[in-house]
Amino acid sequence: MIASLLASWNDDYWVQTLLRVGAGLVAVILVAGTLVMLHLFKMVSFMQSRLGPMEAGPFGSLQLLAEVGKHLQKEDILPTKADKFVFSAAPFVVLSSTFLLVVVLPGGPDAWFIQNDLGIYLAMAVSSVSVIGILMAGWGSANKYSLLGGLRATGQLIAYELPLILAVVGVVIQAGTMNLQGIVFAQADGEIFGWGGIGNPYILTQFVAFFIFMIAMQAELTQAPFDMPIAESELVSGYMTEYSGMRFLLFFIAEFATAGVFSAIAAVLFLGGWSVPGIDPTDNIMNVLGPLVMFLKVIVLTFIVFWVRFTFPRFREDQLQRLAWKFLIPLSLANIVVTAIFKVWI
Amino acid sequence: MGLVPGLIKGLGVTGGTILRTVFPDGIKKPIPNPVKGAETVQYPHEKEEPTARARGVIALHEENCTSCMLCARECPDWCIYIEGHKEKAPPRRAGGKTRQKNILDRFDIDFALCMFCGICVEVCPFEALFWSPEYEFSEPRIADLLHDKSRLSEWMETVPDFEDYEAGSEAKKLKVPPT
Amino acid sequence: MTDISDRQQLSYIAAQAADARVNLELETEGMTLNIGPQHPATHGTLRIVAKLDGEQVIAADPVMGYMHRGYEKLTEVRTYPQVTTLINRIDWLGSFANEVPFILAAEQLMEVEAPPRAQSIRTILFEMSRIANVVLFLGDMAVQVGAVTPVFFAFRDREHILNQIEAVTGGRFHPNFDRIGGLKDDLPAGWISETKQVMKKMRAFCDEIETLVLGNEIFQARTRGIGVIPADIGLQYGLSGANIRASGVDWDVRRDNPCGLAYDQVDWKVWTHPDGDSFSRFWVRLQETREATKIVDQLLDTIPAGPVMAKVPRIIKVPAGEAYVETENPLGVMGYYVVSKGDLVPYRVKIRSASFNNMSISPWLLKGVYVPDIITILASLYFILGDIDR
Repeated sequence: MIASLLASWNDDYWVQTLLRVGAGLVAVILVAGTLVMLHLFKMVSFMQSRLGPMEAGPFGSLQLLAEVGKHLQKEDILPTKADKFVFSAAPFVVLSSTFLLVVVLPGGPDAWFIQNDLGIYLAMAVSSVSVIGILMAGWGSANKYSLLGGLRATGQLIAYELPLILAVVGVVIQAGTMNLQGIVFAQADGEIFGWGGIGNPYILTQFVAFFIFMIAMQAELTQAPFDMPIAESELVSGYMTEYSGMRFLLFFIAEFATAGVFSAIAAVLFLGGWSVPGIDPTDNIMNVLGPLVMFLKVIVLTFIVFWVRFTFPRFREDQLQRLAWKFLIPLSLANIVVTAIFKVWI
Repeated sequence: MGLVPGLIKGLGVTGGTILRTVFPDGIKKPIPNPVKGAETVQYPHEKEEPTARARGVIALHEENCTSCMLCARECPDWCIYIEGHKEKAPPRRAGGKTRQKNILDRFDIDFALCMFCGICVEVCPFEALFWSPEYEFSEPRIADLLHDKSRLSEWMETVPDFEDYEAGSEAKKLKVPPT
Repeated sequence: MTDISDRQQLSYIAAQAADARVNLELETEGMTLNIGPQHPATHGTLRIVAKLDGEQVIAADPVMGYMHRGYEKLTEVRTYPQVTTLINRIDWLGSFANEVPFILAAEQLMEVEAPPRAQSIRTILFEMSRIANVVLFLGDMAVQVGAVTPVFFAFRDREHILNQIEAVTGGRFHPNFDRIGGLKDDLPAGWISETKQVMKKMRAFCDEIETLVLGNEIFQARTRGIGVIPADIGLQYGLSGANIRASGVDWDVRRDNPCGLAYDQVDWKVWTHPDGDSFSRFWVRLQETREATKIVDQLLDTIPAGPVMAKVPRIIKVPAGEAYVETENPLGVMGYYVVSKGDLVPYRVKIRSASFNNMSISPWLLKGVYVPDIITILASLYFILGDIDR
């Protein structure tokens, strides 16, 4: 995201591309790593009255490095009956959808990867690519358990795409644009009943959409209470059962990176993105402060995601589908109607 | 969907636990101190004290042992190996009969087999075996888990005194012989 | 052995083999899924061969025996104190409870009665092992259904009970404390007040679980109406303990036949629930845990003074005879049928373990359920492999 700061330094296409790709890698992997560290290892352990990793580094802060090292030195097992190409490519497909998602996120008034009027529409479309990856993993493992997990995952992810998108439509109607940068500016410059103190974060007016988005996000990430695909006590690891070593770690990183990226999108849509109440959004300082503010908002939202994950039991597949089709979709459609009425007449 | 409050109350329980773990001194001292608040013990650095009666390892008080073999016979796993021989000892007073004493040659307990049931300690008629709460005696080789006479006598230093009993008990408190 | 001739036996076997081959060839529908013996959900080494049609079960057969340790044969060559050590390990979570019916049966044969102080302390430890066992169930069922946090709370709070058991008996998991005629030793000073504190903590844990798991709508959606056992079917299959009380049958061996334990001196209640589903089994066990803490509190206040061991000879030779004693163990009704010929060792000990009979209902119960429900139902029936296989 600092890439565009350096835009004035060198206008060559390949330099710009390199900087943006580098920033994208940093944005995805650093965020994923910090989230894993902070939330999964530490926060969840505190929730369970224990301390989590404490040996690697001070207070266990280098545990992730130890994990990466451990996974790298493991044997890469390929089951005999597995389809080699499909099996090996699956983690990369899932990870690629995350990298494609991060492209539309803005980090500041001038710190963005691409400016695209399709913004959120592109993000939603690209996030479905991970479904293919999961199905590849489930089928290519030549294992009945993985197949069950993969099929469950496909059904679930496709079912929850709809509430996700419909929840976003409400925000788009209120902002008037699909460009994520435009949505941030609309919130930062907006006013609540004439008072412009904290802008107009859409969580206040679109709380229904926020609620639906968080639930659908939880399902898209296959986190409990929607983790039927990875139901640990039944299918051992669902579609990830046959993976070991670095491939498994790629799935792991993909899961947390996607959690971070989806939370970032939620922060942009509902919490005002990189804008801070009190600082003028076009100020140059926001180019440095913006990414940090986004990071903080991501941490808060992922805290909620993991808090829910580690507290609730999981839904059964049919209950899951019933929740999506009979409850969330009608609710989000109602939200769109109400938002449209408010927008047109008020 | 039903009543949502059940789910929210559940979140409250885990939320409360994380607050109690991170801030163990309550709201009065909001300093994060999870090392104190967590209920786990970081084992190699801090150790938990087992209770005084804990069955950790068996200690032998050699002077009391008369090689009667009761412990070796009653052990469910037959993990006690005893060998002894008889020797003549001087009479108790001048002009009396020479006595016979049993001298222990070998008294091994194989802790690789031992079930830590305590039957040997219980049946010993001469109070030669005692329980000690020591639990850190693991070895890299299984053969080293066979503790011989001298090692078993060393464990006597770790045997705690017997505790007092609750009110209303008629049991007699035993004494651990001084080493 | 039988009076079927060799030729008839051979033709019978051949017919079975032919049937099996035909079944294999015609097997066009359904996928056979092996749940276990290595699996996080089965409580030990249990194997369930499930024939699935999509996500629905057509038939499910439990295959037990992976943990058979030959207890009943072992008891034929072990003296009574040695047998007490071994049988601790049958139901290893509530291990004091395993010793009690065996010792009571031996006491019946020897016509010896434990003094009242020993009976009271025996009951206290019996109820404490019930609490230790069921507390783990409360966390474990939550894990099988998907919530990973309650099991940590269960282990954390179970430590308090295990510490108290260690303070008396010397062993956390395998107390080996019951003896024919009484108990091995008396209570150490300070134990009664500490245990009262522990009971308060266990009640706080029960409240936590009620909010976190029982009140959770997702848990209720997963367990209400799942695995319904009608009362008569349950009784036919020999279910016992909380499983049958959750189907509305008011049967508790502690109240109906206390036989040597101090239940008639305490004011307590038997909990039943009219539905027979997994939710009610969880609910009944939660209430029973609370009830057990109340029983322990009352007993702690009224332990009679006196000796803790009756006059029995040093070397125990149980006179010839047969005795069967069953008690309400944490998993169900556990009974020991002791046959003695007047020796140092019993002639034969038959162990009626609760989980073996509880598991027998699973082929009937698992027909037509979804795969996730298999796990929920098995978790709610609550068996321990050591108890099934002995």
